[in-house]
Order: sequence, then C-alpha cells, then structure tokens
Amino acid sequence: MTAVGIWSVVLAASLSSPSPSPSPSPSPSPSHRALRVASKTFTESVILGEIAVQVARSVGAEAQHRPGFGGTRLLWNALTSGAIDLYPEYTGTIVEELIPRTLEKGESGLDARLEEALAARGIGLIGPLGFNNTYAIGVTARRSRELGLAKISDLRGHPSLRFGFSSEFMSRRDGWPALRARYQLPQVEVNGLDHDLAYRGLRAGELDATDLYATDPEIPLYDLVVLEDDRHGFPRYDAVFLYRLDCPPETGLAIPAMARLRGRIDAGTMASLNVRAKVEHVPEGEVAADFLRASLGIIRPKLDRPGWIPSVLRHAAEHLVLVAVSLLAAILVAVPLGVMGARWSRLGQLVLGAVGIVQTIPSLALLVFMIPLFGIGARPAIVALFLYSLLPIVRNTHAGLRGISPGLREAAEALGLPPGAIVRRIDLPLASPMILAGIKSAAVINVGTATLGALIGAGGFGQPIFTGIRLDDVGLILQGAVPASLLALAVQGGFELVERIVVPRGLRLPRSS
Amino acid sequence: MTEATLPTLPTLPGTPILQLVGASKRYGEVVALGPTSLDVAAGRTTALIGPSGCGKTTALRLMMGLTRPDGGTVRFRDTVVHGVEGIRAMRIRMGYVVQEGGLFPHLTASENVCLMARHLNWQETRVRQRLQQLAELVRLPAATLGRYPAQISGGQKQRVGLMRALMLDPELLLLDEPLGALDPLVRAELQDDLARIFASLAKAVVLVTHDLAEAVFFGHVIVLLRDGQVVQRGSIEDLVQRPADPFVTRFVQAQRRFDGATAGQSAKGSA
Repeated sequence: MTAVGIWSVVLAASLSSPSPSPSPSPSPSPSHRALRVASKTFTESVILGEIAVQVARSVGAEAQHRPGFGGTRLLWNALTSGAIDLYPEYTGTIVEELIPRTLEKGESGLDARLEEALAARGIGLIGPLGFNNTYAIGVTARRSRELGLAKISDLRGHPSLRFGFSSEFMSRRDGWPALRARYQLPQVEVNGLDHDLAYRGLRAGELDATDLYATDPEIPLYDLVVLEDDRHGFPRYDAVFLYRLDCPPETGLAIPAMARLRGRIDAGTMASLNVRAKVEHVPEGEVAADFLRASLGIIRPKLDRPGWIPSVLRHAAEHLVLVAVSLLAAILVAVPLGVMGARWSRLGQLVLGAVGIVQTIPSLALLVFMIPLFGIGARPAIVALFLYSLLPIVRNTHAGLRGISPGLREAAEALGLPPGAIVRRIDLPLASPMILAGIKSAAVINVGTATLGALIGAGGFGQPIFTGIRLDDVGLILQGAVPASLLALAVQGGFELVERIVVPRGLRLPRSS
Repeated sequence: MTEATLPTLPTLPGTPILQLVGASKRYGEVVALGPTSLDVAAGRTTALIGPSGCGKTTALRLMMGLTRPDGGTVRFRDTVVHGVEGIRAMRIRMGYVVQEGGLFPHLTASENVCLMARHLNWQETRVRQRLQQLAELVRLPAATLGRYPAQISGGQKQRVGLMRALMLDPELLLLDEPLGALDPLVRAELQDDLARIFASLAKAVVLVTHDLAEAVFFGHVIVLLRDGQVVQRGSIEDLVQRPADPFVTRFVQAQRRFDGATAGQSAKGSA
C-alpha cells in the first residue's frame, strides 16, 4: 500500500462515523447525538456492548462503543454523571454494590422496586436479557459421573473432595462462607488460588471443584459440569442493560429496539458467544453480529476493517496528541513554578510538596478522578498527564537554579542586571541541562502513562494493549506495546538532539584549564 | 537607561566617589562590621586588608549594595544609596571583579564582557570598539575572546573578568582577591598589568586582599581591619612607623616574615 493510500485510509477511518466495530474509541470529539455505550473489561460485557450498539444502529441511531472501558464502579459513575448513556450490568451487582441498602438483602431478583430505585437516580433498565451469570460450582464431568454429583447438596456426602476457589470467592460474604453455611458442607481441603491455576488443577485431577461464573467459556473448554444451586445459595446476577433516562432524543428508537433482546440470551448461548470470542479469537463485533442475525434477523452492514498499519498510525496520532499537549502545558506551568520556587524558598517548598503529592496518586486513580471533572476521552487524560509531568520539571528547574553557584548569581547582580534579565540571561541558560533532563524524564514517563488513557476512552497505544489483554491476543498487545516503546525511545533520542540546540555550548565542554 | 543621565563630573584625584558613613552589618549575634566610615577617592587605590573574618569582604559587599547596612549609610557621589533601583543605578557605574573571574560558563569571553552593554542596547559598533579597546588594555589575545571560560586559563579568566568590569567605563572598580587563586608566575605578570591599568585609568579602585605585599604594591591607601573594626588607615610607612595598635605591628611583621621566606614570588617587578 502506498503512503498516500495509507493516509487516505487513516483519514477515512477517522472521518467515517460510526467507527467500525469492534470500535476502538472514537476521536476525542464525541458527537453528543450518538448513543454512548461502554462495557466492562471482560469479554462477555464487551459482547453485550457490541450487541447494544448494533441494535441501536439497526434502527438508524448513531452509537459509539467504548469496549472494556473500566470496572463496575467506573462505569456506574460514568453513567450517573452522564459521561456514557448505556452499559451492561448484572442485577446482583446493582443490588449488592451499586445501590446497597435500598432493597432488602437477598432480594436480588428483578422486580418493580429495583426499577423504581434506579429510576429515582435517572437510570432505566432493559432486561433481563435471559441469563443469570451468577456464581456456580463446577466439577469435572468425570468426577460428576463417578460420584453422581448434580446438585450442590450432593457435595455433602463426599467430605474428602478437594476445593480450589478464587481468592475473591473465598473472601466475599456471598461466596464460600455463605455457601458452606447454607449447604453445611463438610470439606476441609479448601484453598484459595488463582482461577487459571484452579482450572489446571481440575484438569490434572488435583482438585475436584471450583467456583465459576455460569457463562464462563471454560465450562465447555475444560468439560466441566455446573452443579445446580438447589438451595439458592447464590444471589441472582441477571444480565441487563442500564441506560440514562435522559438519553438524547436522536437516539430515541435505540432503547425501545433493545427491549427486543429481553430473554433472548440464555446461559448456554452466552457461554458459546464467550467461547467464540475468547477461545476462538473471533472479534466481539462479529460474534455480536452473528448472534443478532441468527436470533433477531438483524443484518449488520458490511464494514471495511482497517488493516493494522492504519490502526497503528491512528493510535500513534492519538498518543502523540496526548503526550504533546500535556507535556507542553506542563512545561509552560512547571518552569515558571520552578523559577519562582527557587527565588522564594517558602513558596518553593509549598510547590514541590504539592506536585509531589500529585505524583503519589497512582496513575490509574488519577485518571479516574478526572472523569467527574472532565468527562471521558482525551481531555481528562491530558489533564492527568499534565499533572503527572509537573513534578520532574518543577523539581529539576528548582534544583537547577538552586545549584547555580552563589558567586555567579552575585556577579550577575553586581553587573546591575535586573532580576528578570538575570533569570533570562543567566539562570535559565545555566540551569538548562537540568531543566531539559526534567522535561525529558517527564516526556518518557508521559509516553508510558498515556497508554493508561485508553481506559478512559482517550485512545492511543493503550487501546490495542488493553483490548489484547482482554482477548488474550499477543499480536494485538504488541501492536500497542512495541510502538509505545519505540515512541519512548524516539522521545529520549529527540531530547538528546534538543539538548544540543538548547544547552549552551559552553556548558557542554569538558573542563580544562 | 542610566547612561544618558550619567553626570560627567570632572573627577579630580581625591574627590570621594563612594563613602561608608558609620555603616555596620551583623549576622545574628556576629558583628561582621562595626560602624565604619571610609572614603574611596577618585584616582586612588584603596586596599582593604586583614585576617579572615576581619570584615573586609563585608565592607566590599556593602559598597556594592550586595548587602544592606544595618546602621549608617552608603553614599555614592554624595548621594545616599537606597532602594533596589538606587542600588542598580549605582552598580552600572561600578565595575566588580569577582574572585577567580566569576565568568558565566555558558557565555564566551566576549559575550561575558559585553553582556551588560548589550542589555543596555548599546549599538553593536560601539560594543565592538569598546571590546577591542579593553582587549588591548588587558593584553588579551583576540582568539581568547571567542572561547568559553572552560577553555581558558585562570590568568586569562581574570583578565576577561576585568574587561567585563570595565566595559561600561565605571567610576569605581572593586576587586575581590584578584590574584588569589593564580600560580606564582601568572600572578606576577597579572599584578604588573593590573598596576599599569590602574595607573592609566586613574579610577577609584578598591581591592580586597589578605596579602600585605599585594596591598602595598597596589594601594595608595591601606585600610587594616580586625574583628569588624578599622584598626588603621594610611600608607605603609604609617603602618610601619606609626602603628595605631600593637596588632598593626604584629600583622606587618608576620607578613614580612612570610614575605622573606617566599622572596621573589610576589615581589615587585619580578616578571
């Protein structure tokens, strides 16, 4: 493909809206007329998000999907604050985590009171979609046959069975403690371990049972049997869509259209969709399209999927915007702060303390804090990266100026130069190697941290990395990780060139006498 | 700014240019300089001398306005110097040679020399002329002007420092241990050059040194300080023949013994 060809594809990809699915985040100017759909960071949620988007598009509404956008809390906050319009959720999570104490404990089933409680918060509910993705206990098919295990209560007769549960299941109130109490389970060999290790243990015959989600693709993959929860030990986790009741009128038909999905996805269907996406590596968009065609007769218009080169170029452009804008703003703010801090030491301590505190906030947390203030997309990511870049630049500017020998400063003063001229003609040039080193480390950190921006819809090289992690697709991860590393190296190299231009020659000479 | 307003007073030798009038300075409990009155006269070289901590550097800093007096005043041309602007206006009419040259490492020798003139927007031809003139005066090779401080020797740094101090043709020249860190041969050569330059310029010069031989070599007036007080001011004959205090005699004799032991190194005209 010629360079012109590549660029025209990039251009087409960035101009065509809605963007092709599975849709990497759209450019940072979200059209507010589109339905903004987001999903959680696991395959099932992404498939449901794709389904919602494609249904909306099938009735002519514009819709954008931010796949794998974040965890439960982030999505709920984004929904209630109006940053997104719709995302897939589970009733158990709503009742237990999102609006606890609103409904009586244990009442996790879907009823009018739940819808009422949500409506009071401006949120509507579509569902149930048909499957209950609750906790379940799985045993190997062989063990099930040997011991005649079909229900969880059957486990009571076999105290020597070995259980391996995920750490979360071991510690959750509604997990193992509740299950053991309800079924009076006698087993003593119960260990918490990583979920993937538990599956391997089952296969190797070292474990007999583990916890699962009812639609896990591992169930068919490892030939497991899900035991019936005959005493209703687990709350219901019915899949639903949550949406804002004040969705823009342009998306009017989309929500009613989604009502057609009620009861259409049973646990077996969902599990097989998960298998296609996660085990067979079929893109979620295609999995969703195939399901919609088969069950609702919705035909997705054919879309040209861009090749990897245009997508790398687009991510590079997004990434560079994030880094360049935030770094430039940080330089414009941090250098004067450093200069003032060096001149007035009380202020200097204050400023260094403040930017130091910003630096102690984990980068992911800082990104999330920005959402209520700046929404989602490139803007909050740029603000977070800006805040992150301040410390190295302020600190180095401050240290660089403080490191100038008092004799030299006095000589400048004795010449009769006014303070502004001293800063411009003496201080900044003398401190320039330090200042530049600070900017350089800020830039390199910035390139790395900007990958996290993808988690709040800012795009960039983080997009393929996180999608790749979710899909367990190493190729996709490398499509983000390799260019991100190369960009960091290029930034490093670029600054060494800048150093030759900016740092006065007299400061780069070896000392001689 | 100030250039046009400079009074072109005829500077008769002996006219006081700068005066400390009962000026004093303390740092916390430590008295760096007791109330001191001192005149610096046109056409004369005043050498401030004394052991470390005697207050000679503090006196110099007060004259430069790098330190403000706690008591008393500093007067320049009969006007009390006060306020940031007043000090800055005064500094343009003074030249200060920092210990070891104090050159800015990021500027070439000529950029160091011309820094202030360029800041004051002198015309480039005038800057070049003055630079040429000063290079000849201090006998600095033309090639050195394009070099950075890291590339030139200690003695040449001092010459460049002197050029920088003289660039605006100041009325008063202040030097802080100008020969302090130089090796003996360079020192002797520069010492002769400095004497010649001071004589040809006929400016008011203040020199801080701890070396009596140097003070005698340059100084029309020697001011001996001890513990923040002026012990005696006068010529070397005054100090030797009419000591104000036994300390004067002890100081002179200690330095002479030292001189004898190192005879020839810093003696007059040894180059």
